[in-house]
Amino acid sequence: MHPAISVIFFTVSSGAGFGFLAMLGLGVPMPNGPLAAFIASAIAVGLAVVGLLSSTFHLGHPERAWRAFTQWRSSWLSREGVCAVVTLGLYGVYGLNWIFSDERIAWLGYLVSFGSILTVFTTAMIYAQLRTVPAWNSWMTPVCYLLFSITCGVMLVAAFGEWNRVASHSTLSIILGLLVVAWAMKIIWWRNADLSTLQARGSDTGTATGLGGIGNVKLLERPHTGENYLTREMVHKVGRKHANKLRMIALGFGAVVPILICLLQILFEMSVAFLSLAFLSLLFGLFVERWLFFAEAKHAVSLYYD
Amino acid sequence: MTTLPNSTDKKLGLVIDLDVCVGCHACVVNCKEWNTGGYGAPLADEDAYGSAPSGAWLNRIHTFEITPEDAPASIVHFPKSCLHCEDAPCVTVCPTGASYKRTDDGIVLVDEDKCIGCGLCAWACPYGAREMDPVENVMKKCTLCVDRIYNENIPEVDRVPACVRTCPAEARHFGDFSDPNSDVSRMVADRGGFDLMPEQNTKPVNKYLPPRPKSHPSDPSPSISKSDAINAKGFLGWVDRALEKL
Amino acid sequence: MKRQERDLDTSPHVSDEVRKTTCYMCACRCGINVHLRNDENGNPKVRYIEGNRDHPVNKGVLCAKGSAGIMQHYSPARLMKPLLRVGERGKGEFKEIEWDEALDIAAAWLGKIRTTNPRRLAFFTGRDQSQSLTGWWAQQFGTPNYAAHGGFCSVNMAAGGIYTFGGAFWEFGSPDWNRTELFMIFGVAEDHDSNPIKLGLSKLKKRGVKVIGVNPVRTGYNAIADEWVGITPGTDGLFVMSLVHELLKAGKVDLDYLIRYSNAPWLVIQNKNGKDHGLIARDRKGDPLVIDRKSGKAVSSRKKGVKPNLKGQVKLSGGRKAVPVFQLMAEKYLEEQYSPESIANETGVPATQTRRIASELAEAAFEKEIVVEQPWVDLKGEKHDRMIGRPVTFHAMRGISAHSNGFQTCRAIHLLQILLGSIDCPGGYRFKPPYPRPIASQPRPHGGFSPNTPFRGPHLGFISDPKELVLEDDGVTPQRIDKAFSWDAPLASHGLMHSVISNAHAKDPYEIEVLFLYMANMSWNSSMNSSGVMEMLKDKDENGNYVIPKIIYSDAYNSEMVAFADLVLPDTTYLERHDCISLLDRPICEPEILADSIRWPVVDPATQGEERDVRGFQSALLDLGHRIGLPGMVKDDGKAMFKDYADYIVNHERRPGVGPLAGWRGADGSKTGRGEPNPDQLNRYIENGGFFETEVPKEASYFKHANQAWQDWAVEMGLQDKPVENIFQLYLEPLRKFQLCAEGKAEPQPPESHRERIKTCFDPLPVWYPPFEGEAVEKGEFPYHALTQRPAAMYHSWGSQNAWLRQIHGTNPLYVPGKICDEAGLKTGDWAWLTSHHGKIKVPIVRMEAVNERTIWTWNAIGKRSGAWNLDPDAPEAKKGFLMNHLIKELLPEKGDGLRWSNSDPITGQAAWFDLRVRIEKADDQEGPSLPQFETQARQRLTPVNIEYGKEWTK
Ligand SMILES: Nc1nc2c(c(=O)[nH]1)N[C@H]1C(S)=C(S)[C@@H](COP(=O)(O)OP(=O)(O)OC[C@H]3O[C@@H](n4cnc5c(=O)[nH]c(N)nc54)[C@H](O)[C@@H]3O)O[C@H]1N2
Ligand SMILES: Nc1nc2c(c(=O)[nH]1)N[C@H]1C(S)=C(S)[C@@H](COP(=O)(O)OP(=O)(O)OC[C@H]3O[C@@H](n4cnc5c(=O)[nH]c(N)nc54)[C@H](O)[C@@H]3O)O[C@H]1N2
Ligand code: SF4
Ligand code: SF4
Ligand code: SF4
Ligand code: SF4
Ligand code: SF4
Ligand SMILES: [Mo]
Repeated sequence: MHPAISVIFFTVSSGAGFGFLAMLGLGVPMPNGPLAAFIASAIAVGLAVVGLLSSTFHLGHPERAWRAFTQWRSSWLSREGVCAVVTLGLYGVYGLNWIFSDERIAWLGYLVSFGSILTVFTTAMIYAQLRTVPAWNSWMTPVCYLLFSITCGVMLVAAFGEWNRVASHSTLSIILGLLVVAWAMKIIWWRNADLSTLQARGSDTGTATGLGGIGNVKLLERPHTGENYLTREMVHKVGRKHANKLRMIALGFGAVVPILICLLQILFEMSVAFLSLAFLSLLFGLFVERWLFFAEAKHAVSLYYD
Repeated sequence: MTTLPNSTDKKLGLVIDLDVCVGCHACVVNCKEWNTGGYGAPLADEDAYGSAPSGAWLNRIHTFEITPEDAPASIVHFPKSCLHCEDAPCVTVCPTGASYKRTDDGIVLVDEDKCIGCGLCAWACPYGAREMDPVENVMKKCTLCVDRIYNENIPEVDRVPACVRTCPAEARHFGDFSDPNSDVSRMVADRGGFDLMPEQNTKPVNKYLPPRPKSHPSDPSPSISKSDAINAKGFLGWVDRALEKL
Repeated sequence: MKRQERDLDTSPHVSDEVRKTTCYMCACRCGINVHLRNDENGNPKVRYIEGNRDHPVNKGVLCAKGSAGIMQHYSPARLMKPLLRVGERGKGEFKEIEWDEALDIAAAWLGKIRTTNPRRLAFFTGRDQSQSLTGWWAQQFGTPNYAAHGGFCSVNMAAGGIYTFGGAFWEFGSPDWNRTELFMIFGVAEDHDSNPIKLGLSKLKKRGVKVIGVNPVRTGYNAIADEWVGITPGTDGLFVMSLVHELLKAGKVDLDYLIRYSNAPWLVIQNKNGKDHGLIARDRKGDPLVIDRKSGKAVSSRKKGVKPNLKGQVKLSGGRKAVPVFQLMAEKYLEEQYSPESIANETGVPATQTRRIASELAEAAFEKEIVVEQPWVDLKGEKHDRMIGRPVTFHAMRGISAHSNGFQTCRAIHLLQILLGSIDCPGGYRFKPPYPRPIASQPRPHGGFSPNTPFRGPHLGFISDPKELVLEDDGVTPQRIDKAFSWDAPLASHGLMHSVISNAHAKDPYEIEVLFLYMANMSWNSSMNSSGVMEMLKDKDENGNYVIPKIIYSDAYNSEMVAFADLVLPDTTYLERHDCISLLDRPICEPEILADSIRWPVVDPATQGEERDVRGFQSALLDLGHRIGLPGMVKDDGKAMFKDYADYIVNHERRPGVGPLAGWRGADGSKTGRGEPNPDQLNRYIENGGFFETEVPKEASYFKHANQAWQDWAVEMGLQDKPVENIFQLYLEPLRKFQLCAEGKAEPQPPESHRERIKTCFDPLPVWYPPFEGEAVEKGEFPYHALTQRPAAMYHSWGSQNAWLRQIHGTNPLYVPGKICDEAGLKTGDWAWLTSHHGKIKVPIVRMEAVNERTIWTWNAIGKRSGAWNLDPDAPEAKKGFLMNHLIKELLPEKGDGLRWSNSDPITGQAAWFDLRVRIEKADDQEGPSLPQFETQARQRLTPVNIEYGKEWTK
């Protein structure tokens, strides 16, 4: 699939934003005072909203985006929109109250958390539902999205909550644990994706054309000699070697660097500021991971084009 | 409404006969010219006279080469447009309700005024039957010529899809698959019509007819039933006798 | 509950008006319904084009090109005004001038020539469908140098057929699609009968009739054929003779048919060293002799009631002997060299396949006999109760004809048809009116010229004797600039347009002053050696003058050829002018239907683009004729005889009562075929959908070559003036006459250099010899064959300016068989050098398996010169696409004697495009562009970037 920057940015940024929102909703410890509440809310909402806005760049008619809220009964994309907006709305009340009263309304917070998790889940389901892309079409896809989202959220909580202090060992262990679990899941996802080829799902040029019974079927001529929407959008190719290198980069920045930082912090009790560095590294790792998520994915349409 | 109807009154669609399609692209271009001034936005062409021309089309012909184990390779020209699936994933993924399947006849359509151009329906379609218009940025797809097949402004004989009317090899047939006695249903039954990628569970309405088996160069030769006694006196001897009979 | 669905208007307004005319996106000439709808400015615009269901040619269907007519009509490459060259030739730099100025310039150039030396005009018209006008114009002018494009196209097909049986494949006949039981198609990718062939194939498929495709490449029609014969190019003649061998061996030939309709019983003189050896034995009246079966004596073939023998020998006067054609033929093809085993290696066709196909032919012909209960009377007066047919059909085109052995191969196929008794019988090949027209009813070519005097007769025709060659008094020098009807190409019935530029450049046989071309892209895809031709057109003499002094060209678009013209006459598009598809020209009839048609301005050019000032070429030509003062084009008072082409179509009479159109003749439109001009004729055509048709009488529907009813009807319709005898020529005596000259036994004498090839190639019985180029080059050096095929969705070079079609074929890879790929280390996507004896080109390749393993091929005429057709100079057509023509040389490699033969069939002069031999290597530099590249041609107009056609109607 074509790795569109707007969509990569959307999933990573809003994933992190909603992860953080989920944590804030749970009422995790935060510094006191309206400023902290405001900054935390701004970062969480900002990440979520920037992500959502960026996704509209991908639309041909962003001015009609409101229509996307109508089909929640059948469409994951619609559900995602509804969840995101409802969650953000709830957080609006929750956050404003927090900023102004320095109190967090617990039941509203739980709703926000639930909404955030649901939003991330629906985002993931947009991809996971597609039978046309076997690599995505697995329960592991939402699990990965959720784990990354929560990891981001927890890291932000830690960086924020223990601002100017040294992060507690327990927080760091939780982050370490999440990083390991999330990336372990991603590694399993990759393995699964590598195995979930179109062929493994029983689709090949033979079934795509129904001619497989006669012999080996191979494309001789594309319908048109130039590119078209389908080839640009769905018949993207990354070389195997290239992909492996990028996976290492994703793991390096997304897992190894943050894990090292956490370990160093546990061993040397360093300033929590380093956690922000770890978070940025994780984000970068996730961008690479998400780029690969799209770029490596083979769509059934490619059976008609290569 | 992007939920699918439980059932449709009719199941209109196409049968495409791979045994006679010569890959001439007539249906492709006729579809384009009919639709570009018709249903919804025009089918635009980007960089039309430039170095990378590319446009929106609703029907395309691919060419496949088939290499059997023990026979010479052959070629199949393969037309492909929307199959108007019964379980159309392109419809259910649509967030806006722009994509829908008609209850009356099962045609899958896009209401372009509602379409936000998110492209998700194209991702959901396994067949590559949806293309985003490069200029208007709305999703385009085969309409089964819904603006022809019921159109009272054109003669009744012409109320068939443009691609069907124009196909010089008569490789495309239009009809109602819900009626087991329709021409299309019969053709499918007689010739072993099949679905594309049944494993995708989309239940396509359109069906394809397979190429008939080909002769092999070394198929045995039923030796010519020789005209009587040609061997006895050679060819000219036979001529003599044959002439006597004239 | 009814779900909420969009309120959809399923009966939208389609168009304001439908106008019916004739397509000209190719030469098939289908009927079209042009839907017009007004745009925002109230100008009619084309909304949609569909096939006309009532039309005899396409019966409602329309191909990709026809459907893309909108984009052709609105192409930004359209010429807008007459152009006068300002830059150097080839650059494409012009200034726009007014029509009056343009026609005055042309009239001045041409007028001068006419009063001094009319043959200094070479007037050649390419894809011309008004040859009856252009030919007549050239006659009135007085130049001997006129022809259309047939010589480089398919004259082998036309001549091979007409010389043999008075018809041809191509567009002169078609299979009896409704009745045939076996169909074999040789060397066809598209052909002129584009839609009818597809309609026909679908009929066969419906009836389960077997289709056998003989073609090195298995695409298109061959892809759907039930059996594929992946023959080695240039060897079909051998394959067909092997089928004949098998059929003869099995006694599966229709003797009755042969005796009735062919020259099989005619006696051939056997007089080894005599001057008449091999000629037909004739009586004093000139009638051929046959052996009377009863008496065993030689008698006139015309003798009433004679029952001729097909074998035997008689003594003639002077101790000469004579044997029937049939016996010679049988002896020849029964030889072991034609057995399936013997030909398998050369043709690449396994013996089992040849043998089986022969048996299938025999079975279909003799065991599936077709009977039509229709009495008829033959030309001898014999009554037949029914029409009995042998339902096997063949069709062949350029895969046969575009080889240097094409004439003979084509004849071999016809011989096979005749042996099976399957010409113009139920289930067989059927003549399309006005055919059959054997050479007896065809014109002879004319020669000679003198200032201010019309030419003596038609330029082109069919010769039957070396004495009819169009030569100077020395008996060797050609009279025509293209050397048609000379020793180089004696039976050049269509002329040799492809040799005009190189001959004119070489001033061989003489200089010309004005090269006047119409509708032919001669600097590019229509010439061999395109790079060389471009140089010839640009070449200057020592005084700095162009070697070909003046070039006038009429095109409708900014093609490659436009850049080389000094004066350009911009034509309209096909939707803006009058045309007539006449029985005097290339007809559109179907076997049961006599038909002709018109084009008419369904839109007015003035409303079809700003500042558009273009004129139909034929009208411009008549105007030019008037300005020069050509007879027939000027009235006594000095005024123009014809206001425009429409006026000519209606009022011109070729013979009294016979004009360009056959329908609605007579003052009141009540006459058909013959009748005085009808001033309302064009309106009657328009009312009828742009065409006229009338049914061939049922009793004339088959056996037209020998059918009294047909003859009577053809005379009535004005197709011919008297009945014509048509005896199928298995043995082609005119060729034997050429051989006698070459043997030194008859006059005139060919040049020494031509003797040997006339002796071997001009065999009166179909003969196979290897294509010339393959014999002239070192085989190991150029081991492979290279071909082109027409893509169904493109018409030559025209299609690339078409925004829709160019998306389908924007580039053309070279398709290379897997085996060659493996040997040369090539894979899909690589760039390779393709080299012939003449040059090399760099091209992108694609691996392919469904192809003869020694044959490389590509789609024809996709490659474009950068900037041509107003395309972006970096268009894929120019940077990735390529032209095979750069590799094809108009002359064969030099032989020991320093002489070079033209790369043509030695009999007809047909260009031998498909004799090309090549080798292939992976290029060191794996980057494009394709090579050669040429300086960018100046674009005439800027082109729009995006198109949203029809936008004004969609909201
Ligand atoms: N390698 C290779 N070369 C080949 C062949 C091959 O098979 N292989 N085939 C050969 C054969 S059979 C042929 S017939 C030739 C074809 O060659 P051409 O007859 O030259 O065909 P086109 O390229 O169509 O060029 C015709 C010209 O007519 C112009 N034209 C189009 N419409 C109009 C109109 O309405 N009015 C006027 N005045 N002009 C118009 C076009 O713009 C174009 O410049 O190519 C030959 N060349
Ligand atoms: N769409 C479209 N239609 C056209 C045209 C066009 O440009 N586009 N051009 C028109 C014109 S001018 C013409 S002349 C006709 C020509 O129509 P066709 O005769 O169909 O011409 P080509 O495309 O040159 O096809 C030649 C075929 O012969 C095969 N072939 C080559 N050599 C041999 C051989 O030795 N033996 C056999 N058996 N096969 C061989 C090639 O593989 C190819 O399939 O088409 C006309 N119709
Ligand atoms: S028009 Fe008919 S024959 Fe031609 S490509 Fe389309 S389906 Fe095939
Ligand atoms: S073919 Fe594709 S676009 Fe058409 S209904 Fe099926 S899934 Fe939808
Ligand atoms: S592109 Fe349009 S039709 Fe397709 S899913 Fe999005 S809104 Fe629906
Ligand atoms: S049915 Fe209509 S819209 Fe669909 S492919 Fe055919 S012509 Fe195009
Ligand atoms: S075959 Fe196609 S391009 Fe040619 S005349 Fe017919 S419709 Fe037009
Ligand atoms: Mo041609």
